[in-house]
Formats: sequence, structure tokens, C-alpha cells
Amino acid sequence: MSKKGLGLALSAIMIAMLALTGCGGSKATGESKSVESSETSGESKSEEAKSEESKDSSKLIVVGYAQVGAESDWRTANTESFKTTFVPENGYKLIFNDAQQKQENQIKAIRDFIQQEVDYIVLAPVVETGWDTVLQEAKDAGIPVILSDRMIKTSDDSLYTALVCGNFVKEGETAGQWLEDYLKLKGRNHDESINIVTLQGTIGASAQVGRTDGFGNILSQHPNWKMLAKQTGEFTQSKGQEVMESFLKQFDNIDVVVAENDNMAFGAIDAIKAAGKTCGPNGDITVISFDAVKAAFDAMIAGDLNVSVECNPLHGPRVAEIIQKLEKGETVDKIQYVDETYFDTSMDLEKIKAERAY
Amino acid sequence: MNNINIKKITSAGLFLPILSLILVLIINVIKTPNFFYITVQNGVLYGYIIDVINRASELVILAVGMTLVVASSGGTDISVGAVCALAGAVACFILAGGQVSTDIYRAPYIIAFLAAILVGLLCGSFNAFLVAKMNIQPMVATLILFTAGRGMAQLVTNGQITYIRVDSFKMLGNSIKGIPLPTPVFVAIAVVAVTFVILKKTALGLYIETVGINNKAARLVGLNPVLIQFIAYAFCGLLAGLSGMLVSSRVYSADANNAGLNIELDAILAVALGGNSLGGGRFSLLGSVIGAYTIQALTTTLYAMSVSADQLPVYKAIVVVIIVSLQSKELQRIIRDIRHSKKKVEIAYEK
Repeated sequence: MSKKGLGLALSAIMIAMLALTGCGGSKATGESKSVESSETSGESKSEEAKSEESKDSSKLIVVGYAQVGAESDWRTANTESFKTTFVPENGYKLIFNDAQQKQENQIKAIRDFIQQEVDYIVLAPVVETGWDTVLQEAKDAGIPVILSDRMIKTSDDSLYTALVCGNFVKEGETAGQWLEDYLKLKGRNHDESINIVTLQGTIGASAQVGRTDGFGNILSQHPNWKMLAKQTGEFTQSKGQEVMESFLKQFDNIDVVVAENDNMAFGAIDAIKAAGKTCGPNGDITVISFDAVKAAFDAMIAGDLNVSVECNPLHGPRVAEIIQKLEKGETVDKIQYVDETYFDTSMDLEKIKAERAY
Repeated sequence: MNNINIKKITSAGLFLPILSLILVLIINVIKTPNFFYITVQNGVLYGYIIDVINRASELVILAVGMTLVVASSGGTDISVGAVCALAGAVACFILAGGQVSTDIYRAPYIIAFLAAILVGLLCGSFNAFLVAKMNIQPMVATLILFTAGRGMAQLVTNGQITYIRVDSFKMLGNSIKGIPLPTPVFVAIAVVAVTFVILKKTALGLYIETVGINNKAARLVGLNPVLIQFIAYAFCGLLAGLSGMLVSSRVYSADANNAGLNIELDAILAVALGGNSLGGGRFSLLGSVIGAYTIQALTTTLYAMSVSADQLPVYKAIVVVIIVSLQSKELQRIIRDIRHSKKKVEIAYEK
């Protein structure tokens, strides 16, 4: 009996813990609740808007956004960008839906948008496939669909009007060009061989493929740049560190590390220090990374990281631009890239960090 | 008499796992001669072989817990990776006082450490309750925390990576000044030693085997199978909490998505590579430990040999298939049969 009691007590503790962690994450749940409420109020408001529409000609463009979820800072900044762009002052009404990483929620959201007769649907697809049916429904209803962030796989290109995303190949090229300029600035001449190693992302991820290709494009223009090794660090700090440890034992003449995201760069920096070498602008090894998350700014300010190429989540303004063009009856490009830049240690990083939304 | 017999069996049982570890290492002697080269860097020993011992630590700790779980119930605990993440998240949450990044401890380290262990123990007890008391299939029971654990960790950290930028926090996962070996090595050795002593000095090891072989018979001879399975799962959870602390100390942060990702599969593999039956019953703790080092040696070997990233899983799979089939009783029987039939043919020929 006492054991039964023990078991019950333990399960009670587990449940209490679940509840506690639930409290810890109240922000997140609170957010989703407010989203729901804004959605429902959005419904009534859009009806109001319609009744107003019959009264006077001033009409808000209703945009439905089916967002993936709120899994990262990047995603939160992306959502924020839409919420601040599509406001009534700019002539928009945004109906926002958080799918919490589930495709069926997104499909349901799109069907809701169609029923509510929104003017435009924006979709950040959770997965690549399985969209044909629901997008056909949107097409039949005459609602243009704009994809954000990720591409879908479909046999019929006419199912979406445009795709707004980051250009990973361009990011890779930006990194290569930065290195080109940096080496010039450092006065390393053309004949001197530059030894590079790459910490790749999860093999097959679009960010990995694009960034590897992009950097490779610049690499091929420089016969003196030597890619010693490429290995996956699976986008994580600990794997990045593990692989870098191995690289450092294999080659004792590494000049440049290209880490395909910031986390792997942090791991690489630790590995470099543990091997008794130095990195950053004043060190032996130049570290290049991607994403430019907040912690990357800290690493650059600390003088460990040289540069981080941005992956811009602010898609809202570009989507608004597309909608304005469509409103005027103009045609738009199928794929549109957001502007992306880089941040390096020559800039006023403290100021940029404070101003950035993510 | 009996004692000597058991010793004989364990030494024979450990023969194949040790052989496969040596095999992996021999490949290195040929392909990368500097694999065994050790130097001193910043007062810490530095070399591939140190990497293997260091990086395998979490896996060794988890493999110890997994061995007991497998032996006592014939099932696996697939939640250990998620529990790692959760324990690390709770510890970092306490230390950072709910902030995303901190330069000072906002709570005493010992409290965070104990909290992480406690979280592991609670998760383990939850699994134990479902498996031992409610008789739910281990895979299904631990699937709950496998999926929910990372979600809970996300909630604790608010979906962000929580950084603890304090030097003493890094000690557990890196090295302490003046000690030439990385700290995780000692933690792993301590866990193995303590568990080994407990199993050998008490009858617990024997009880676990008994319950694993035949639950009903164990009850009939007066053992309490529920309690023994409970201890195994709770202990496995506790060790997952400890290794969660190691993981987060290594990267001085709690990464709910990636801490201990897929490590449960490696832990199960380590148990299998150690020559243990996943059906439960007789087990060898040291076999699992050797299995864990073999897995890490293999990973490091493939890095050292510059195998390209997209081919990495293929090579790993091939080696694992070879090692596992080397240890399969069926294959050994087939080989014996072939030898026998050859002999028979020879004898017949001579006649």
C-alpha cells in the first residue's frame, strides 16, 4: 500500500511540475491566447470592416498570416515584423494564426481565411509538401497566396503568387566577399595560401546547402584559398566544438573557420581556445558565422568572432510591397529576397545590438 | 566454484566488446598515426584519444543507467535525451534567475545542481511508475517524456538558449585548473565505479537479473519486481539529470532543442554493443561502458579520417552492423556449423 502511495505521490509531483513549468511558460501561452482572441476579434472586426465598407469607400486590405509558431527568436521577430507592418494606419487588417508547428493547423487556418474572404493569404509553411489541395481552394476563391520564409513542393506553380525568403546562397557569397575584403585589408597577398575549414549545418537543410554553395562560389575565384575540410556540426554548439577539436588536431595551419550558424561558431571558438590558439580580429584564426543572433554580437564585442552574416526575419515590409503591386494590377517576381547584410567587428556593435529587434 | 564460473562467463562476455573497440582503434593506427599522440595544452592533456574519453562521458553515464533499465525490464528508456535537456534547462533557469544570459550566479550553484539531479530523479520515477507499477510497455511509457521533455524544457527556458557565462559553471563540462584530464572523464569513472560497487556489494545486481529473466519467478522467490524495476528506472533518470548538467556545462548554456539530441539511441546502442541482450536479464555493466567508448571512438575516428558529412551515417552504420553481427549468437553458430561440416567432409574424404 505504501508503495502505491509513493507512486501516487510521485505522479502527483510530476503533474505539479508540469503545471509549474506551464506557469514558467505563461508568457508563451498568454501570447497564443491573445492571438486567439485577436483572431476571433479579427473575425468580428472584418465583418465590421465589411459593413463599414458598404458605408464608405475607405477599405482595409485584409491579410491572413498562417505562421509556423514561435519556436525561436527569429520566428518571434518575423511575427513582430508582420504585426507592425500590417496595421490599420497602413491600410491593412492582419488576421494572425499561430499553427504551433502543425500543418493541419495551418490548413485549417487557410480554410478559415478563405471563409472570412480575406484579400491575401500569407503562409510560412511548416513542411514542404501537402499544400496542393488547400492552395487550390484558395486559388478557386480568387485569393492570392504569398509564401514567407520557406518554399513548398508542388507541381503547379500558379498555386502561389510569390515567395519571400532569405537568400542563403547570397549569404554564403556575402561571407566570401567579406573574407576577400578582410584579407586585402590585412595585407595578405594573393600568392599566400589561405587555409579554410567549414562547419556545415545539418546536411540537406536549405541553409546548409545554400551557404555551402554560396561560399564555394567565391572560393572557386581564389586559387590560393584552400578548403582543407568540411564536416557537419549539425547547427549545434557542442557538435561544432567536437568537430573543430578534430580539425585542429588534423591541421595546424588553419587560417579561417566558416561556421554555418552562430552556435557552431561559439563551439569552434571554445575549441580554438582549448587548443591554445587565438581567434577573432586579433587572433590566429578568423571566424566567420551566419544568422547574427544576439549572442553573436556578444562574441564579436568580446573579440572572439570576426563577422556574422545576417539572416533577416523582417519579411513584413517586403510582403506589403508585393501586395501594393498586386493591388495596382502589376505583376510581381515569383521569388523575392529580403535585404541581408553582415555585421563585423569594425562596426559599432553595441549600438546595433541595442537597436535590433531580435 | 560458483564464483569462479561467473567470473569466467563475464570475462568471456567482455571479450567481443573489447575486441571491437580495439578493432576501431587499430584502424586509426593505420589511417591516422597521430591518433594516439598526446601533448599538453594549457595544462590539459590534448589529443584525439583524450577527445574520445572526454566526449564519451555523457554516453557512458547514460549507458550505465540504460543497462539497468534494459536488464530489469527488457525495455529501453527513450526519454533520457529529453530528460538531459530538461535537467539542464532547469539548472540554467535557476542560475540565470529567468534571464536569457547571465554573468553571475543568481542562485547558489549547488541548488541548481541538486535541482537538475532531482528533475532527473523525478522524471525517472515517473517512467518507473508507469513501467513498474502500471505495467505499461517501457517504449510507450518513456515516449511520453521523450516528446514532452523537450517541450517542458522549452517552456522553462522560454524557447531561448539560456547562457551562464560564469567560469566555475564551465568546470564540470570542461576542465579544472591544475588537473590534466577533463572533468567529465572523472564524473563518468565515478558513476561507473559507484554503480559497480553497489551492484557487486549488494544483491541488487543479482535481483535485477532475476527480475529481467523472469518477473513472475522472481516474485515467487520473494523478490519485489515492482520495487526493483522502479529503482532501475529512477536511477536511469537520475543519471540522465547528471549528464544533462554535463551537457549544459560543456556549452555553458541550456539548449532545449539540441541538448542530448538522439543520445538515447546511442545509449541503447552502447548497451547492445556491450554484448547485452536487449531482451533483459543477464547484463554486463562494463560491456556497456566499453560499448559507449566504442561509439565515441568511431565518431572521432571518422572525423579524423575526414569522411565527408553526407557519408558519415553510412560508415557508422556499416561498422555497427559488423560489430553487432560479430556478437550475434546465430552467426557464431553458423560459423561453427560451417567448420563442423568442413571437418566432416575432410573426415569423409580421408576415409
